[in-house]
Amino acid sequence: MIDIKGLTKQADNKLILRGIDLSIKQGETVAILGPNGAGKSTLLKVLSTLIKPTTGQVMINGLNLKKNQLEIKKLFGYLPHSSLLYDQYSPLENLIFFGKLYGVNNPEKRATELVKEVGLSFFLNEPVKNFSRGMIQRIAIARAIVHEPKILYLDEPHTGLDQGAIAILNNVIVSMKEKGTTTLMVTHDFKQAAEICDRILIMKNGKIVDDFKLKERNLDLVNDKYQLQVEGVS
Amino acid sequence: MTLIRNALILAKKDLYSELKTKQVLATMIIFAGLVILVFSFAFDPANNTTKEVIPGVVWVIIVFSGILGLNRSFISEQRNDTMQGLMIAPMDATSIFLGKLLANFAMILVVECISVPFLFLLFNFKILGSVPLFILVLFIGSFGFISIGTFLAALAANSKSSEMLLPLLLFPITSPILIGVVQATRITLTNMDKVKSALAWIQLVSAYDVIFFVLCFLLIEYVLEV
Repeated sequence: MIDIKGLTKQADNKLILRGIDLSIKQGETVAILGPNGAGKSTLLKVLSTLIKPTTGQVMINGLNLKKNQLEIKKLFGYLPHSSLLYDQYSPLENLIFFGKLYGVNNPEKRATELVKEVGLSFFLNEPVKNFSRGMIQRIAIARAIVHEPKILYLDEPHTGLDQGAIAILNNVIVSMKEKGTTTLMVTHDFKQAAEICDRILIMKNGKIVDDFKLKERNLDLVNDKYQLQVEGVS
Repeated sequence: MTLIRNALILAKKDLYSELKTKQVLATMIIFAGLVILVFSFAFDPANNTTKEVIPGVVWVIIVFSGILGLNRSFISEQRNDTMQGLMIAPMDATSIFLGKLLANFAMILVVECISVPFLFLLFNFKILGSVPLFILVLFIGSFGFISIGTFLAALAANSKSSEMLLPLLLFPITSPILIGVVQATRITLTNMDKVKSALAWIQLVSAYDVIFFVLCFLLIEYVLEV
């Protein structure tokens, strides 16, 4: 699904990504862990076409990222730190707008379904500016999946969420996984990573330093590997 | 077709947003009203020479209230990083440019529809020339100014002092348009004997509009790149 070869990204003489080689199969749920400044978010931004790589090749679903941007943009949903929502618009208006941009059939129906799915049907027509952080994040999740993407890029999606919102987000990710969606999630929340991901990547200084499969939600394994690679504790 | 469809969706979003917040259009109209009021105090409407300043006043209103709208056009997309939402959507950067251009153009047309009759009324100005030609001049002049302005607003939006940067970039580049339309407006409003001269100015402005519209269209992708 995602094939990355020799990916580098340089900004202001600083090498942020230093030769990433990565292959992710369809349906995998992958967590990217690493300290601040490791290049995790930059990797997601490159994959989501927001920034151009300096060198290297990225193929997504057999399409070249440089040459087939429009087709690739239809394939993924991206949830960054910001909500990407219009404050003055209601959840319904936001989702209909993005649904139309993605060419969703009957965006009104899809938007209503999604708002219900994230548990905010009582706030269908309230402007987003009146919402709490958790409520905004729920609508942001709905926005990211409005076009039923094949790939989901999530950048620290659990940050600032209460337990209810975390459960809703995890349900969305798991139900998307059941439909065959590939998920790539940058996170600092090891517990959530162990809970929903079946593969863990650890990044440090712009490189992938560890890549392992996770079985039976083994949080201890994640902690041990992270400490070994990042903090040098064995 | 997809390009135009997406541009229309974006323009509709901007205009609907404006309808809800009434931030930009209200500011533009208030500004236009203030300009007219100040000029009506500065120049005696009963004096015939006052009529000479009317074409200039029309374009002062369009240029300065236009800048108020242009400044907000891309800065409004910085809140919650909504610009990123547009950039990752399956549409070309040209659709974003075209959508913003259409919304800005619609807003300036609304300002013109309100302020120009008000100006003529307050100055008791009777058009001696051709009204359709005057409307054509307003249309092509506003289009050129707004298309270049939308492009430069996108360019300036990432700067910390974008509100200062936009006029600095905009005035030198649009000065041929402004010279042309002020001259053409003067002739079409007051002296139809020189209609050939007005048509020459209109042709010049139209050519400038086309060249810069195409240039903006080709370059917007590089400007919007994060």
